[in-house]
Amino acid sequence: MSSAYSNGSAPAVASAETGAASRATDGEVVVRVQDLTMAYGSFVVQQHLDFSIRRGDIFIIMGDSGCGKSTLLRHMVGLMRPAAGRVLYGECDFWAVDESQRKQLIRNFGMSYQRGALWSSMTLAENIAVPLAEYTDLDATDIRELARLKLALVGLAGFEDYYPSEISGGMMKRAALARAIALDPDIVYFDEPSAGLDPISSRLLDDLILELRDSLGATVVVVTHELASIFTIGNNSVFLDAEKKTMTASGAPRELRDHSPDPKIRRFLTRGEK
Amino acid sequence: MSDQADERDYPLDISVVAPDILQLRIRGEWTTRARLPGTTALETALAGHPRIRRLRFVSDGLRHWDSALLTFLLRVQVLAGNSQIEVESDGLPAGVKRLLALATAVPERRGARREQPRTPWLARIGKRTLAVVDAATEVLAFIGEVALSLGRLLRGRSQFRFSDLLLTLQQTGAQALGIVALISFLVGLILAYIGAAQLQQFGALVYTADLVGIGMARAMGAMMTGIIMAGRTGAAFAAQIGTMQVNEEIDALRTLGISPMDFLVLPRMLALILMMPLLCIYADLFGILGGMFVSVSTFDISVMEYLHRTREAVHLRHFGVGIVNATVYGVLVAIAGCYQGMRCGRSSSAVGAAATSAVVSSILLIVIATAILTVIFNVLGI
Repeated sequence: MSSAYSNGSAPAVASAETGAASRATDGEVVVRVQDLTMAYGSFVVQQHLDFSIRRGDIFIIMGDSGCGKSTLLRHMVGLMRPAAGRVLYGECDFWAVDESQRKQLIRNFGMSYQRGALWSSMTLAENIAVPLAEYTDLDATDIRELARLKLALVGLAGFEDYYPSEISGGMMKRAALARAIALDPDIVYFDEPSAGLDPISSRLLDDLILELRDSLGATVVVVTHELASIFTIGNNSVFLDAEKKTMTASGAPRELRDHSPDPKIRRFLTRGEK
Repeated sequence: MSDQADERDYPLDISVVAPDILQLRIRGEWTTRARLPGTTALETALAGHPRIRRLRFVSDGLRHWDSALLTFLLRVQVLAGNSQIEVESDGLPAGVKRLLALATAVPERRGARREQPRTPWLARIGKRTLAVVDAATEVLAFIGEVALSLGRLLRGRSQFRFSDLLLTLQQTGAQALGIVALISFLVGLILAYIGAAQLQQFGALVYTADLVGIGMARAMGAMMTGIIMAGRTGAAFAAQIGTMQVNEEIDALRTLGISPMDFLVLPRMLALILMMPLLCIYADLFGILGGMFVSVSTFDISVMEYLHRTREAVHLRHFGVGIVNATVYGVLVAIAGCYQGMRCGRSSSAVGAAATSAVVSSILLIVIATAILTVIFNVLGI
């Protein structure tokens, strides 16, 4: 797996007039979750999860509160070890490969946390510099220039020397995104990107995610409750059921809303109206 | 800006395709290496062809690219802008064009960039002085609020949870017994070793008990307890209250009309002030035990002899001095810890800074208070 983008590699994802990514891409499978069981000790959160994510997908993980969406994300990025089953990147089982291969896999992830998780003792540029210093041989001047570029990409040009505590919540989310794309990752994970944002900021962040996906050709995995975001950016999804402790559906969110045989999913995707 | 990276690192062909058009053919791999691509070759080409008015890109030979290409293109844009040269980006891959547009879509907000103006030294002294005055005012206001809170408590109108006080008493008192015992025992042991070595020269070895007993009871017991409390409890107060500040828990109290001084600061202060004298007596006893251990095991003084000398030398007033010291230290450590917690910023690093400041200021205050109290007791002949 490489973090570079090929000439003309941006996926051809059609956008409807609403801006929605309305059909799945037919790219290669980049992540495969196989019969995954997640547990905290003896408490099983979810089991028998089975789905694939293709290159260029904006893949939504959704489900009711407490169903284990963020836990699934933590399993996918290697913060938690599966109780059973596998998470495969290409043909690599994340937990079966050795430490150096795992580090190489991690290099291709970008992660944006629910509350940004920017390091508060560092400026925004320094936050972005940390992964660059860890994984590249660039000198401090080049790292600073790349950090400036990443901040400019998320609309924060000029804010390099600000501390996270000095910027707004929306800016913090964008700065977290800048850090997540610092290494030009293949896959970018978002945990509740719109949480706590006003509708306009939320929409702008959605547009930014779409734009970055289309430009970089990266794959995006998003945990979110926001229906507007789900339909605007998502072209594939999985629904986790807290009661059944397993996934009860997967597919394009609009398809699930309109045609899912499960009334719970239809209710979820229409805010209880269907 | 970096120097020009090696041509083999980022393959680029520069050619003049018309009298006023320079063509940049980007080919091969443009992924980040040890250096970002520079623009020295382009600058040289432009210097050699002053009639160039347009830059054109060709990228059909480009295989893989990442942010290295983007930084190069942004550098080219700046360079071209400075020389009034137009950049035609039609020949770039679609993703690159979109990212370039994205990077330049939101112009830098006016005034956003941090300038670091050079402040004259006189102004710096003035600013520092004003900051000290502000800090002193803040501390006084905090002490005033504590006094008001105490007044409400005495009138029975404090918004105060008795269970919080009990919990803090346990945390500051009972749970500190182990560390206080260990440190005090070792301090008594050190005092005895140093004292006995000197006293032995005058054949006054038995007075080691006097030295350890008076030293522990008057000063060392209280001071060591104070320092332990500063590092353990004062820092914990600052971190607990600071974290509540970060999580907006203090704002939640205020919006409910509950005074954080009553609810958070007062139980902690009371607990520490109540526990410090008790811990001090406990520390005194363990210090004396430490001294006795050395005297008996190393200098052949009998247990009875040591205890007898201690009883002869150490009076209740010596313990009294220690207890007064300990109570003052308790007030100081509690104020420093709670004050730093209450003025903590809203980030995790601010919590760390608050805890550090609490410990440093507590220890500083303890030393200053010891000096003042020693003079006072001396003047009073106690």
